[in-house]
Amino acid sequence: MHLDAAHNLARWILRDPTDAEDVVQEALLRAFSYFPSFRGTNARAWLLQIVRNAAYGALKKKRGIHLVRLGENAEEAGENAELADPADDPEVHLIRSEAQRQIDALLQQLPLELRECVILRELEELSYKEIAEIIEAPIGTVMSRLWRARRLLSKASAGASVS
Amino acid sequence: MSTRENCDKVLLVQADFDGELDAQQSAALVTHRETCPYCREAWAQLSDTRNALRRGATYHSASDALRRRLDRQLAVAGMVPVVTHPRPSATGTGGLLAWWRSLVGFGLGAAVATVAVLMLIQPVPSGDIADLVMENHIRSLQPGHLVDIASNNQHNVKPWFDGKIDFAPPIKNLADQGFPLEGGRLDYLKNREIAALVYRGGQHLINVLVWPADGASEPPQLLERAGYNIIHWQEKDMTLWAISDLNTAELQNFVALWRTHP
Repeated sequence: MHLDAAHNLARWILRDPTDAEDVVQEALLRAFSYFPSFRGTNARAWLLQIVRNAAYGALKKKRGIHLVRLGENAEEAGENAELADPADDPEVHLIRSEAQRQIDALLQQLPLELRECVILRELEELSYKEIAEIIEAPIGTVMSRLWRARRLLSKASAGASVS
Repeated sequence: MSTRENCDKVLLVQADFDGELDAQQSAALVTHRETCPYCREAWAQLSDTRNALRRGATYHSASDALRRRLDRQLAVAGMVPVVTHPRPSATGTGGLLAWWRSLVGFGLGAAVATVAVLMLIQPVPSGDIADLVMENHIRSLQPGHLVDIASNNQHNVKPWFDGKIDFAPPIKNLADQGFPLEGGRLDYLKNREIAALVYRGGQHLINVLVWPADGASEPPQLLERAGYNIIHWQEKDMTLWAISDLNTAELQNFVALWRTHP
């Protein structure tokens, strides 16, 4: 369902539950209003593009975009993940395994432009073409960002399981 | 070039992994992986990472509260499309309805149907009035132009209009709901005198332009001009235009409150 995809993307970009809901609400009402002028064929990519723009706008307004680099400090990474995740259902927290928390933390630490690509590819299972449309970049950029994102995740999770 | 440290085919291997290649290209890369340790390792890592992500990463679905909020806003405000440039409806309401259904799911069928009906009977408003409303709003923001009577008491504003115009504009104070009345203004638009009611929402000003209209009531319609959000509706023989630089959701909230206020 597109609404879930919209929320998932906003949430992973903003890393804050309240901001994500506000952005989705604003973006969807706008999308609904603009729909008659939409002439493309892929409504999901179009919608996600609007959501992404709204999310970036909210980020900029709030604190300027700051990109947290991966693997600078493993402890800090864990803390940030907890901070960024306050509204989760406590029940979900309990049943979520350590490994799952870890992968969320690693994703949270990815630079924004890499994180959004990997969310769109691995969680939304979108094609390169759709991702390129959403992030308004060439397909080549999508490919290299995906590769960088996955390599960082792979290295980080290997490092984490060793320590 | 392929070494243990790098291979210039690795992005193609990734594309193959992501199902982006046709069968022929894919077969060539399978062969390549047999002879390239770097790409073989890359494939294994891609696969591990995907498994970890799809098994472990949290998928943040929209909450039911958000779903309900969106649905309520659209239904209450009787949301209809922005008409930036009126055009024959090629996409049509069927397309919009289908998209909206795919968006919110089928659980909200009744509300979706309401919205669809509202849209079907909704005439496209003439663009020129919206332009005039926008110009009026901008003019009102010039120093000294906003209000002729500054009062946040509707019982002062209402009699002020008496005798100045040939109709009694509906004046409501929404201070308790976060939109205090700032005052009223006599204005001129489309060759007739109109009443302008001024409200404040946080740092933003809202003009509600009112004049008599004949005909049926019309549900609110959202428009946009030069970055301003405009909502137009008709009720109790009055036509009303609310305009502000408030964002879409907030202006819709304002209009919904205004309409339900006694």
